[in-house]
Amino acid sequence: MIRIETLTKQYGPLTVVDSVSMSIERGSITVIVGTSGSGKSTLLRMINRLVEPTSGRVLIDNNDTATEPAHLLRRRIGYVIQGNGLFPHRTVAENIATVPTLLGWDGARISARVDELLRIFQLDPAEFAAKFPHQLSGGQQQRVGVARALAAEPAVLLMDEPFGALDPIIRSKAQDDLLDIQRRFGTTVVLVTHDMDEAFRLGARVAVMSQGRVLQYDRPAVLLTRPADPFVSRLTGTTDRAMKLLSLTTAGEVAEPGAAEGPTVAATASLREVLSDLLWSGAQVATVLNADGTPAGRVTMAGILAHGRNS
Amino acid sequence: MTSLPRPHVIDRLGVLLSLAGAAALVFLPFVVLKANRIMPGDVRSVSEVLPLWATLSFGVILILVAATAIGIADARVRLVVALAGVAVVALAIAAAGNALTPPGNKVVRVSPGTGFWVLLIALGLMATDAITRLRPGPGMRVLFLVLFAAVAGAALAHGMFDNLSIMREYAVNAGRFAREARQHVFLAVGSLAAAVVVALPVGVLCHRVPRIRAGTLGTLNLIQTIPSIALFGILMVPLGALAAAVPWAAEFGIRGIGTAPAMVALFLYSLLPVVANTVVGLGRVSPATVEAARGMGLTSRQILTDIELILAFPVILTGIRIVLVQNIGLVTVAALIGGGGFGTFVFQGIGQTAIDLVLLGAIPTVALAFSSAVLLDALVDVMNRARQ
Amino acid sequence: MPRAATLLRLAAVGLLVAFLTMPQRFAPVFAPLTQYGAPPIYDQGNLLALALAHLGTVFLAAAASTILAVGLGILVTRASGAEFLPLSRTLVNIGQTFPPVAVLAIAVPLVGFGEAPTLIALFAYGLLPIFENTVSGLQTCPPAVIEAADGMGMSGRQRLLSVELPLAMPLILEGVRLSLVINIGTATIGSTVAAKGLGEVIIAGLLSNNTAFILQGGLVTGLMAILIYDGMVTVEKRLVRVAHL
Repeated sequence: MIRIETLTKQYGPLTVVDSVSMSIERGSITVIVGTSGSGKSTLLRMINRLVEPTSGRVLIDNNDTATEPAHLLRRRIGYVIQGNGLFPHRTVAENIATVPTLLGWDGARISARVDELLRIFQLDPAEFAAKFPHQLSGGQQQRVGVARALAAEPAVLLMDEPFGALDPIIRSKAQDDLLDIQRRFGTTVVLVTHDMDEAFRLGARVAVMSQGRVLQYDRPAVLLTRPADPFVSRLTGTTDRAMKLLSLTTAGEVAEPGAAEGPTVAATASLREVLSDLLWSGAQVATVLNADGTPAGRVTMAGILAHGRNS
Repeated sequence: MTSLPRPHVIDRLGVLLSLAGAAALVFLPFVVLKANRIMPGDVRSVSEVLPLWATLSFGVILILVAATAIGIADARVRLVVALAGVAVVALAIAAAGNALTPPGNKVVRVSPGTGFWVLLIALGLMATDAITRLRPGPGMRVLFLVLFAAVAGAALAHGMFDNLSIMREYAVNAGRFAREARQHVFLAVGSLAAAVVVALPVGVLCHRVPRIRAGTLGTLNLIQTIPSIALFGILMVPLGALAAAVPWAAEFGIRGIGTAPAMVALFLYSLLPVVANTVVGLGRVSPATVEAARGMGLTSRQILTDIELILAFPVILTGIRIVLVQNIGLVTVAALIGGGGFGTFVFQGIGQTAIDLVLLGAIPTVALAFSSAVLLDALVDVMNRARQ
Repeated sequence: MPRAATLLRLAAVGLLVAFLTMPQRFAPVFAPLTQYGAPPIYDQGNLLALALAHLGTVFLAAAASTILAVGLGILVTRASGAEFLPLSRTLVNIGQTFPPVAVLAIAVPLVGFGEAPTLIALFAYGLLPIFENTVSGLQTCPPAVIEAADGMGMSGRQRLLSVELPLAMPLILEGVRLSLVINIGTATIGSTVAAKGLGEVIIAGLLSNNTAFILQGGLVTGLMAILIYDGMVTVEKRLVRVAHL
């Protein structure tokens, strides 16, 4: 859905993004991860042309993004940045309504959309619509920032270190919310972060960047088991790769038929959590339960250990 | 200091200034010739007053200046070329003065026309822009000032401008000019000095005792809102009464008119900026520094003089700079109550509709204000850099 | 104590209006300041008319200064105009270093006597506070807000009008306020070149040695300056509260 073709950005003699080509599937979450100076933010910002490429092109749904005025392009792409950039002189409702207003939606449609988004982000419209950004907590501001980016129903959402300023507990919740939102709206999300754990948690596919080049672009499990570059394995960490690998699979995905006594785990729990529970309780088997409480099978210690091996 | 690197494009400012300069040369008079002081004048252009070779050189040089302004980006080159342009225009007007004055004739008046002034301003803007682009440090700026003053002074002393009307006025008023110059500086600097002596302790007090801060600053603000001529006038009464009541007051120059009310009014006007800046400056001293000093055993007084005031000094000095420039301007108004200074020429000129008298008063005032600003700004800069 | 402040404000306005409309009532107050039976209240013209003319000149100059200074401030904070920033700053500084009397005196031969040279002098003198505050206000816009505005697809003009200017407004208004208040006092000098204003009253007093006149001119001017300063501070606060800046 988004095709990036040999995209390059040079500032004088300095090459910040070096001939990057990648393809991003519709409706997926792609995470671009790297250390600072790797060019990941610049790459992201070339998608919505906040930075103009030196060479190469970006195609969204087979349309070259360079063929229309930049500011019109951006109204179709959601953009969330660290720090949010909420307009301090406008209410939450006015902030969220910004792009729909620019696009000329009628008032009723805008109001309905604002209320819908506020409810989705667990902010009661009656209470929050008329508030100003400085009256909100950090977590609430972050949610409004994402809501604002989604207001005009964009097909693409770009996020640049969106959770960086949040404390760990809220960050985790915000990541969960993003997964929910993406499932609900089917938006294609491209997210930039320097946090590998976050990349693994959110990304269906992860691109590792260093010094302007994409070293590897694949599913997280592949990055762990078959790193294409020493830098990739350094970034993913060699000390607890097995744990990371286990955290990528859920109990529901590997449950064998059968019942067991002993502890129960949710089908959505990662194998890493299940391993932790088994160790804690000293059991060798656990029963897997669906969300509604019905049994979905069981997982054994041996089965988990097999999944943690590099194969 | 290096100039900002610029791409090879046409300099928009250069185009603007060149057009202005060209229009001035073509459409506006370069000099105005009057048979005597009160007769209306005849306009003359450059070609009419200079020999052919001089006119051609003049034209060629100015074309080169325009070309540089439009096409060359290097600020140093632009500065040199702009100053050369200024020199050429100055020489042209001097030559015009000499050419149009019959030998030995002291009655004829040759004045620079609007064309000359516009041209000079355009060249001056080009030079100013070039200097600004070079981003000179404080030392360089003072050097520029001194060099410019030296060259201008030398040119004036040489006598090449003596046939211009403004220098004729000066010749007539030479003695008074020197006297008024001294008076102007005395009033501006004297009131400032007295104000600093009072304002510094008041500022320190306001900083230490927050309760009186609002009231003191409010009162001083109130004084600032009184228009200068009003304050000058109001002070005439009590000082006049004082002079009448106390016999020896007149010996000290305390009278209802003249220096005394001007000095007192200027003193009052000088208080606010210095007090306000002292309070702000002291407020910026980090409490940690003061705490550390106290922990080391310095007394309150030592902390104040050795640390706080030293750290606050650049801000205080900025206040002093504001006051000095303000006072130089206000002294011109004091001429209305007999305070003397360059203002006497300005108001005389207004009264007689003699622009040359006005310029005789205005130009030195502006030069004085400008020089003070440059010198004190450089001093503040040096202090700010020293602490980094 | 907001209550006391409001009462004080109303009293001041009331006093001013009363004096300007019914000056003769105040004769007993000023009588002791005169000698030899000179008129205690300015009688060579209508005080109210002079006050209004004075304000008119000041506001006209302020409007012109604001338009140029804000316009210039916007220009030099755009990428295309950044090259003009140092020069603009220098020029505006020169405008304030140039003593108003000198500007006045030089403008007279060019534009004649009266309001015109006064407007020019006030205009030049009033540019600096507005320009510096506009530049400062626009430059201190939070970068994340600017980035977000661009990223959402606002054109440069939309960003300027919807985001940058509203956020810079408190500083710009403060600059206008400073400029206005300074110029109310400075405008009195315009009367030396026959501009209609309260300076006339003061100068009449100086010429005829009438302290009452001088005080009337000076106090009215000062009072107007204080009231305008105060009024604008209130307006600014209200604006900030409404816009939640």
